[in-house]
Amino acid sequence: MSLFPEIIRIMAYVVGVLAFVGLNAAFLVWLERKVAGHIQRRIGPKEVGPFGVLQPVADGIKLISKQLVVPAQADSLLFRLSPVLTMTLAVTVFVVLPFGPSLVARDINIGLLLIFAFLSINVLALFIGGWGSNNKYAVVSAIRAVSQNVAYEVPMLIIVITMVMITSSMNLNVIVSQQGNLLQWHIFPWNGSILSPLAFLIFFVCTLAETNRAPFDLGEAESELVAGFHTEYSGMGFGLFFLGEYASVFVGCALASILFLGGWQCPLGIMPGVHWMLIKTYLLVFVVIWVRWTFPRTTLYGLLNLSWKVLVPFSLVILLVTAAQLKMPWPF
Amino acid sequence: MSDLAVDPSCETFVLNMGPQHPATHGALRIKLVLDGEYIVEAEPVLGYIHRMHEKMGENRSYLAFMPNTGRLDYLSALSYNHGYVSVVERAAGIAIPERAEYLRVITVELNRISSHLLWLGAFVLDLGGFTPLLYTMDDREQLLDLLESVTGSRLTYCYFRFGGLYNDVDDNFGPGARAFIKRMRRRLPMYHKLISKNVIFRQRLEGIAPVSAEMCRKYGATGPVARGSGIAYDVRKHEPYSVYPEFNFDIPVYEQGDSMARYLIRMDEIEQSLRIVEQGLDKLPPGPIMAVKVPKIIKPPKGDYYMAVEAARGSFGIRLVSDGSATPYRLKLRSPCLSNLSLFGEAARGLLLPDAVAFFGSLDLVIPDIDR
Repeated sequence: MSLFPEIIRIMAYVVGVLAFVGLNAAFLVWLERKVAGHIQRRIGPKEVGPFGVLQPVADGIKLISKQLVVPAQADSLLFRLSPVLTMTLAVTVFVVLPFGPSLVARDINIGLLLIFAFLSINVLALFIGGWGSNNKYAVVSAIRAVSQNVAYEVPMLIIVITMVMITSSMNLNVIVSQQGNLLQWHIFPWNGSILSPLAFLIFFVCTLAETNRAPFDLGEAESELVAGFHTEYSGMGFGLFFLGEYASVFVGCALASILFLGGWQCPLGIMPGVHWMLIKTYLLVFVVIWVRWTFPRTTLYGLLNLSWKVLVPFSLVILLVTAAQLKMPWPF
Repeated sequence: MSDLAVDPSCETFVLNMGPQHPATHGALRIKLVLDGEYIVEAEPVLGYIHRMHEKMGENRSYLAFMPNTGRLDYLSALSYNHGYVSVVERAAGIAIPERAEYLRVITVELNRISSHLLWLGAFVLDLGGFTPLLYTMDDREQLLDLLESVTGSRLTYCYFRFGGLYNDVDDNFGPGARAFIKRMRRRLPMYHKLISKNVIFRQRLEGIAPVSAEMCRKYGATGPVARGSGIAYDVRKHEPYSVYPEFNFDIPVYEQGDSMARYLIRMDEIEQSLRIVEQGLDKLPPGPIMAVKVPKIIKPPKGDYYMAVEAARGSFGIRLVSDGSATPYRLKLRSPCLSNLSLFGEAARGLLLPDAVAFFGSLDLVIPDIDR
C-alpha cells in the first residue's frame, strides 16, 4: 500500500472521529436535558429548533463566545493544558472502537488495553486542572477524583481480564464477532462465565464511577464543592471538559455493549452493522442519564467502601470462578 | 476526630463556605477549618443580610410593621404574621372572632406544608438529587395558588390584621384545600419510596451528625431539630395559642437525633398539618372575620408582652415592650433559625464536608431569619 491513501485514510478518520465526538456530545446534551426534563415532569428544551434539538448549538455558541478567564493565581500552563488533555484522550480512545465490521479506525490487537491506558490518564487531566486552578474547592475535588478513579479501576480491570479470558482476545472486533446473536452475548451465564451478569453489573457501576457520573459525581459535587475541578473554568475551557465527559460516557457504554452485548451484531443475527452498535450504546447511555436524575450523590467514603469491600471481592470471585470454569468445562 | 484540632502537626486550611455557596441557600458564610475533608472547626459568620427589622419596628406604627414579619422567615411568613398579630392583640386586648382564628390556623398549617415541601426539595438537592425538587415544587405550586387566592400574595404574606383577617376565603378555597389534602396524601408515599427508602440517601443520613437533647437545650434549638433529638416540645401543644387546643394532632418525636430523624420529623409534620387543615375545614364556623371594635391606631397599654408561636422551623417568639404610644418601645424577635444554627459549630466538628452539607440542610435554615 502506498503512502498517499494511508494519509487520506488517517485524515478521513480524524475528521470522522472528531465529527462524531462533537455530534455525540451535542446529542447527549440534548438527550440529557430532554430526559431530565421528562423525569422531572417538565418538557425540557423546546424553543431552539424542533423539539429543541438545536439547543446544544446555541449552548456551544454561547460557550465559544465567552471569554476564557485564567485566574491570576492559577498555574497558567497546567490550567490551559487540562481541558485539552481531557478532550484529546477521550477522542483518542475512539480510534479503536469498532462501530461496524469494517468501521474501525485502527483494528489493533491490544485495543482493549489501549482504551484503559488512555482512560486512566484522564484522571491526570482532571488532577492537573484542579491543581492548576489554585482553588481550594478544585484541589479537594481533584483529590477526590484521583482516589475515586484508582478505586474503581481495580474492579473494572479485573472484570476486563475475566472477559479477555473468556474471549481470549483483546481485539474488540474479534470480541464482537464472537457474539453473533442474542444467545451468544457474553452477558448470559451460559457463554463462558456463569457469573457474567454480575460482571456486567459491576462493569456498569465502575463505568459510572470512572466517568464521574452521578451518583458518583463527587468530583464536581455542586452542593459541596461548587463545581469541583472546573470551578475556575469559563467558556470553552468548561466546554471541553463537558465534551470530554460525554465522550467518556459514550466510550464506557460502548465498551459495555462490545464486551457484553454483542457490539454491532444484531440480536437476531440479521443485518449487523453500525446501527446496532449505536442503539445498544445509547440505550446504556440512557440508563446512565436515568440513574443520574434519580439518585442522590454518594459520599467519598461510601464510594470507597463500595469499591474495596464489595466490588473488588466480587470481581475477584468472578475472576476465580471463570478461571476454574474455563479449565474444567461446565456440564453444559 | 476532635483530637485533630489540638494536634499541631496537622496541616489544616480554611475554606469559606459562602457567603455565595450553593449549599447555604442564602448569604451565610461558614468559616470551615478543614483537615483534608474533616471539619476541625466550623464558625458561622452572620450579618450579610441584616436589615434591622427590630429597629424598624421601633419607629413605625404597629400596622406598618406587619409586612416586615413576612420577610423574616419568608418560607413560613404566615406563622410570623400570626406571632406578631397575636402579641399585639394580647397587648391591646383585642378579641378575635372564631372564624378568623380557624382560618388563621388553616392558612398557617398550609404555609407550614409549603415550607416543608420547599425544604424537602432543597435538602435532597444538597445531597445531589435534583429531581425531587421539581416534584415538591409541583406540589407547592398548588398550595401557593390556593394561598394566593386567599391572601393575595404567594410568598411574603401579610394576611392577618389586628382583630381578624384581611379578607374572607372564597367558595373555592374549601374544595381546593380538600383536593390538595387528597393529592398530598397520595404523594407522600411516593416521596417515601423515592427518598426515604433510597439506599444512598439513608446511608448519607442515618447516624450522621447526631445532636443530643442536651445540646439542643444548651443552644436553645427548637422545632424539628429539637424534636428529632427526643425533646417533645411544640409551642402548639405546650403553650397553646389560637384555637390549637381544639384540634387533634400529634407531635412527631424521634430519639436518634441524626439527620435522618430531622428529615423524618418534617415528613411526619406534613401529615399532621394535613390532619389539622382537614379538621379546620370541617369545623370552620360561619361568622365575621374581623372584630368589631378595633381602634384605628393601636396604642397598647404600657407593659411587657411575649408571645411564641410554632413556626415551621421552631419556636418564633416576639417580645413587645409598649410605652403606651403608637409605636413599640422595643420589639425583640426570637428567631428559631439563629438558635438552630448556633449548634452547627459544635455538632459539625469532626464531620466530613459532604456530611456537614447534609447536616446543614437537615437544620433547615432560612438565612434572612437568622440575620433579621
